[in-house]
Amino acid sequence: MHSFLNTSRPPVYCPGCTHENITAKLDKAMVSLNLAADKTVMVTDIGCSGLFDTFFNVHALHGIHGRALTYATGLKLADPDLNVIVTMGDGGLGIGGAHVLAACRRNLDITLIILNNFNFGMTGGQYSATTPTDAVVGSEFLNQAEIPIDICGIAESAGATYVAKCSGLDRDLTEKIVNAIQHKGFSVIETLGMCTGRYTKRNKLTPKMIEEMITDLPARHGIVEKNQRPEYGTRYRALAEKVQLVPAPVTIEKKIDLPDYKPEEVVILGSAGMRIVTAGDIICYAGLSAGMNVSMKNDYNITVLRGQSVSEILISPEKIGYAGIELPTVLLALSDEGVNRRKKLFSVLQESTFVIKEKSICIPETTADIVEIDFKELKIKRQDWALASLALMAKNGKALNLEMLQIALTHRFSEKNYLSAMDIIGKIFNS
Amino acid sequence: MVLSFMEGNEALARGAIAAGCNFFAGYPITPATTIFNNMLKMLPATGGICLQGEDEIASMGYCMGAAMAGLKALTATSGPGISLYSEQISFAIGSEIPLVIADVQRLGPSTGSATRGADSDIQFLRWGSTGGVPVIVLAPKDALDCYVLAVHAFNYAEEFRCPVFIASNKEIGMTKESFDLESVALPLIVERKYYSGDTFLPFAAQPAESPPFLPIGGKTLVRTTSSTHGPDGFITNDPEVIAQTQERLRDKILHSRHKITLYEEDMQQGSDTLVICYGVTSRAVEHAVKILGSKGKPVSTLTLKTLWPVPEELIIEKAQSFKRIVVFEMNLGLYVQEIRRVLCDRKVDFYGQMNGVLITPGKIAEVIANA
Ligand code: SF4
Repeated sequence: MHSFLNTSRPPVYCPGCTHENITAKLDKAMVSLNLAADKTVMVTDIGCSGLFDTFFNVHALHGIHGRALTYATGLKLADPDLNVIVTMGDGGLGIGGAHVLAACRRNLDITLIILNNFNFGMTGGQYSATTPTDAVVGSEFLNQAEIPIDICGIAESAGATYVAKCSGLDRDLTEKIVNAIQHKGFSVIETLGMCTGRYTKRNKLTPKMIEEMITDLPARHGIVEKNQRPEYGTRYRALAEKVQLVPAPVTIEKKIDLPDYKPEEVVILGSAGMRIVTAGDIICYAGLSAGMNVSMKNDYNITVLRGQSVSEILISPEKIGYAGIELPTVLLALSDEGVNRRKKLFSVLQESTFVIKEKSICIPETTADIVEIDFKELKIKRQDWALASLALMAKNGKALNLEMLQIALTHRFSEKNYLSAMDIIGKIFNS
Repeated sequence: MVLSFMEGNEALARGAIAAGCNFFAGYPITPATTIFNNMLKMLPATGGICLQGEDEIASMGYCMGAAMAGLKALTATSGPGISLYSEQISFAIGSEIPLVIADVQRLGPSTGSATRGADSDIQFLRWGSTGGVPVIVLAPKDALDCYVLAVHAFNYAEEFRCPVFIASNKEIGMTKESFDLESVALPLIVERKYYSGDTFLPFAAQPAESPPFLPIGGKTLVRTTSSTHGPDGFITNDPEVIAQTQERLRDKILHSRHKITLYEEDMQQGSDTLVICYGVTSRAVEHAVKILGSKGKPVSTLTLKTLWPVPEELIIEKAQSFKRIVVFEMNLGLYVQEIRRVLCDRKVDFYGQMNGVLITPGKIAEVIANA
């Protein structure tokens, strides 16, 4: 009879280990499904269940403890025709719990066979996530202070579409594995078994007791009706197919010739929510429209709608190296927290620095040339202060002019937003 | 000339696409997230796959599975993510799984500062795996470099079958700048060497070379394993076989050092000082050199784009004729240790800064001037 078993590498389990039977029945299941060896991969975890890949003549990937499902996911998405079978013990289940949950939620077509034998066999019978509280294991008293998990219940609540639990010595194990592999989606089959090398040395556990354990827990026969949904790979590909366009990079042609343009260093001191970065973008776009090199460095905190937002923009006919600001030529003081963040900057400002200060903002003393503007009085919303300041810069011929600003705004905004931005610009420019 | 405008992270993503990358998995983390965002915009439309892992460990696992199925995978993170990648990085090194890892560095240790730059991980990338096998680490200095080095990184990953790091920095990744994207001459794409023959052994290779590849899911059965293995991909205890593999893993990188050495130089006539630098700091160095030059003090610069394997021959050769060597780094002295090791008989001056802000050209000029 055809078999996938590697005759040159027979199983090396302890006598009486349930893994032996599972190996045989998994082989039978694969044969009865007539799987193509070259379209089947066995991904194994660590521990005795991690030996499985060496016994089968199929593709194999044996990786790091708890991570088997992560490799399986990459393989299955890369090659949707692969039958991906993962073996993992109760150890892998514990350390790789996050991956089990993610796989249940995702529902990629992978079969996970959990070989639960209630302890870490290979390393000396320590307790695992499934060790009963009253068991005697290699971790002294530690398991007595914890409770075991029921992975099937967890898988079900995590959204697994197929969950089965049975004895590793179950008469119908072959058929149960067949059903799990056949399921189109993520299937979990938990087998309970005996680790004769460790666990059953100090704990009485018989095939009959295993059957009783299974009966005591909610029945898990496979398909979880309430979780049924399309397989992830199919769904992913359908969604991804709709994305047709690779966004083009922002590329702005030189439209304006300014042969005497001198390097400018613009600093915007504002707060999150004031569209500081957008204003910075616009200044850069404006520079690009005159064929200048530009750079923009932003400084903000991890908070999203709170805290300072500072943009540093360089515009230069020369290639830009260092992207920080040393001596601003233009400074926009638009919020107190922004100003506070760069307090020191004010002491180095020169008379030639063009400072725009919103009326309500306090700034340290400076010799720079200050233009104060009352945006509140002008009924400009705070979120538009940075944008409105650009009109003042243009009006005073600082770093950009109105034409550059217009080109920048057409590139940065949709038509509708362009018009409302131009409204604000016009209001300030003509005031 | 038409200039494009983008941050280093977008440039890196565009470089990856240009290199033929068709798989990305990552976990959001500042300041690397926008690489993920960009890949998610670009990969589906180019027939590739882009995933958000449940954590960093998973993201690496996805990439490694995909790479073993024959895809070209990229992942991106920052220091805290590299910590989590570590076990998978060791696996990828040992099992010769090609992929590219972008580390947009931020200020460590630990969670550190999410939005502040530093070259925190320069030694960590080299040594953050078990076994001590050499790795390849490339360091961009600007967005253009992110674009070009992404292609080099994929090329090296394919040629040497190993993970290749791009050590970027918040100050590059999240700084937007203009460059002439359209006229960039990218390196030719190096494809993975596939096995042709009829006695495939997944790890059979010439000394100092990487094994020819076959994908999991192809006609010939492939085994890969994180365990110490022989050419057949089965676990082995044979000291000779183990030694051969270990030496091959080391030699395939070190013997090809000349091929992996990327750098820029600016040798100024009449200068007796050579500044050795890398990454974003080299931009401030360029600026400082200009200031000093205009004051009649010529200074030469060697900007390393390959940090690991350390381009030892290059450093020795370039440093030879200079009286003084100065190293600047955005940390308190990580790579200078390598420079000092390589130039063991020479005095190497160092200035490092680790406070979340760029070293200024003024500071650099001052350090150079104060011999
Ligand atoms: S230690 Fe336990 S699980 Fe491992 S082979 Fe022996 S009986 Fe089986």
